[in-house]
Amino acid sequence: MDQFKQVFIEEAEELLGTLEDHLLNLEDAPEDRELIDAVFRVMHTIKGSAAMFDFKGIVDFTHVVESVLDQVRGGDLSVTRELIELTLQSRDHIHEMLSAPSDITPESESRSRELIGEFEKLTGRVEDKRNKPPAAGGEEEESFFSLYRILFIPDRDIFFSGTNLIALLEELQELGECSTIAYTSEIPSLSGYNPETSYIRWEFFLTTKASLNEVKDVFIFVESSCQLEVTLLVEGDREEGEGEKRLGEILISRGLITPDDLTGALKAQKPVGQIMMENGLISRSDVESALYQQKTERKLREKQGSGERENTIRVKSEKLDSLVDSVGELVTAQARLSQISSQYDDPSLNALAELIERLSTELRDNAMGLRMVPIGTTFSRFKRLVRDLSNTLGKEIILETKGGETELDKSVIDKLNDPLVHLIRNSIDHGIECPQARLEAGKRREGTVSLIADYSGANVVIQIRDDGAGLNKERILSKAREKGLVGVDEVLTENEIFKLILQPGFSTAKEVTDVSGRGVGMDVVSKEIESLGGSIFITSTSGKGSTISLSLPLTLAIIEGLLVRIGDEKFVIPLASVQACLELSREERELHREKRLFEFRGSMVPYIRLRELFLDRRDLPLREHLVVTQTENGIFGIVVDEVIGDYQTVIKNLGRLYKNLQLITGATILGDGTMALILDLNKITALAKVESSAGI
Amino acid sequence: MKQILIVDDSRTVRDSLKFFLREGGYEVLEGSDGVEALDVLKTARPNLIITDVNMPNMDGLTLLENVRNSPEHKFTPVLVLTTESQQSIMERGKSLGATGWIVKPFDSQKVLAVIKKVLGG
Repeated sequence: MDQFKQVFIEEAEELLGTLEDHLLNLEDAPEDRELIDAVFRVMHTIKGSAAMFDFKGIVDFTHVVESVLDQVRGGDLSVTRELIELTLQSRDHIHEMLSAPSDITPESESRSRELIGEFEKLTGRVEDKRNKPPAAGGEEEESFFSLYRILFIPDRDIFFSGTNLIALLEELQELGECSTIAYTSEIPSLSGYNPETSYIRWEFFLTTKASLNEVKDVFIFVESSCQLEVTLLVEGDREEGEGEKRLGEILISRGLITPDDLTGALKAQKPVGQIMMENGLISRSDVESALYQQKTERKLREKQGSGERENTIRVKSEKLDSLVDSVGELVTAQARLSQISSQYDDPSLNALAELIERLSTELRDNAMGLRMVPIGTTFSRFKRLVRDLSNTLGKEIILETKGGETELDKSVIDKLNDPLVHLIRNSIDHGIECPQARLEAGKRREGTVSLIADYSGANVVIQIRDDGAGLNKERILSKAREKGLVGVDEVLTENEIFKLILQPGFSTAKEVTDVSGRGVGMDVVSKEIESLGGSIFITSTSGKGSTISLSLPLTLAIIEGLLVRIGDEKFVIPLASVQACLELSREERELHREKRLFEFRGSMVPYIRLRELFLDRRDLPLREHLVVTQTENGIFGIVVDEVIGDYQTVIKNLGRLYKNLQLITGATILGDGTMALILDLNKITALAKVESSAGI
Repeated sequence: MKQILIVDDSRTVRDSLKFFLREGGYEVLEGSDGVEALDVLKTARPNLIITDVNMPNMDGLTLLENVRNSPEHKFTPVLVLTTESQQSIMERGKSLGATGWIVKPFDSQKVLAVIKKVLGG
């Protein structure tokens, strides 16, 4: 810059010469606007140039003179002899200062102040118009990364201000890592397209150390010709070490996991946007934008290093299993404690037992919750399957999933994979028709297979729904008769007919295909689901499609049960299916003795006496209890000697030797150390139905 | 090489701008007021115009209007030289189609940063 100082001084001297002439002329023609402008311009130019060399003394002084002259120019102040005199003196003072422009001597300072004082007397007060405009380059330096979301909608005519959007994008990118989404929906078709018009809306996610103002400064020139929204999404941590430590951090610092483990766990996280899009709740561009945000936020967190991380950890499932096991034992022990404490009339013991009960329930719920996994990952695995199958079969199929966030016990989900594969295969192979057949039937060319998961009480219901041809009742029935599964004269309900396809050795596909195999599928599925404590329900409308519903317990390990007694034995009825507990009065017992019916909420309901079922031939007790249950075979009453109460219990498998045992799903150890069997109501009621229809 | 037209009545400003711009790798054209600038624009097609506002004969904003109304230059970016006290000029400049502004006093770094902002890298 030094080489220009001389240029500046020379020019300033020239300008001051001109100024003197102008001022003298102005004295004779005080209304001459051009002269006033010229005078103002001289002061303005000197100020501007002096500022470039940081000649502060000159800048500050000329600024005051300039603003006075600006008032004159604006008509707020009239040209008077005093004004001209003062301005001339100012000119002389500037001339003096130019001899040593970078120095501010006490003499020149006091002279400046003196003249400014004179000007102030003249104008009342010198208005300081120093409205600082936003600077084009920021000065503040942030040392941590922040994430900004920037919505930028340029005005349609923005190009007419010579704005180069590419330069703008480049500038943003230079600030940090920038993800750009261009919304192109407003671009018209070619015939209506004006190349001089800006149609695109922009959204940016910027990870940068820059401050909010610095980010806004990128748009400083276009602010007036666009809509702009800059939001700080994640603020950079300025004070390191403050705030609580994340679980991941702690685990790393203890050497329990490596940072890689943590990153792995982070990656296992499923983006919410995907679920929402799968559910069709939000549009694609919404999801894209949200995904961008999520991605950049995650990146940012990784960048921040010590900052927030998703606090998930990966744990071996055996560890969880053994935790759940221990919790199960604890629940059992707690039940024993409650039982013992009830025998002693000791308030402090009772209080303690209650506390332990509350805590163990809480612990149980938490431990079970650890094993809960959303089913969405399983669902998404089927996309490939559907794609490959539809290619093989020459069908066009869309897979829709809903409720992927529904959580199920991990062990249930693991065992669910094969049955689901089978059911989907069946839907695609037998259900969905070829594109040609679909078009002829007046349907859309593409078939749809939907996987839907939802909670239903203590169960999760998973539906495999297709919009294919539906099950053919007649064909199923004739096939079943052919195979001897159904008697010639037997009349079956719709549901019973559909259930036939779950029988071993049943397959209705005209030809055996690679896909569906030889009819060994559905019965395996049925067994698998039953072994999970679940049940299958099939509905189908000819020509419209079929729905196969799998009802599964939330968890396998713990059951909420109703403890009942028959003779000396105790049994557990799953509480989820219990609707009511009644007393079976002697009169009622006598009233419908042969038919074994009782009246429940206005309708007649059959009952089963467990005592008879388990061949306990001793005398009936005077008073019996009725447990009304909802089973897949309808509402049934289960008659027991006594209802003891509800009971949380850990299910234990009976072991290999008892694997063919009907009517019982498992066993549990009671508080007093004795054992109780868990009843399979569906089997029991099915048996009763068979017996009653067989006339036993 | 990108060409920049600088329009200012102050030789100090022109000379120092010219120096910065040449160091920044730009070719420089000059005019000392709006009339001279329009003369230059009859034959030249600069990539950018930097103009002062307050100038004799034709001020910068009138020059800007002329540029925006000419078919050859209507999309040419125009930067207006202003000072801190001239907020209203910036606003008027923007409404007349200025691309941006350079606030005086300026140094080499600032000028080149603003030009890059407008012309790209």
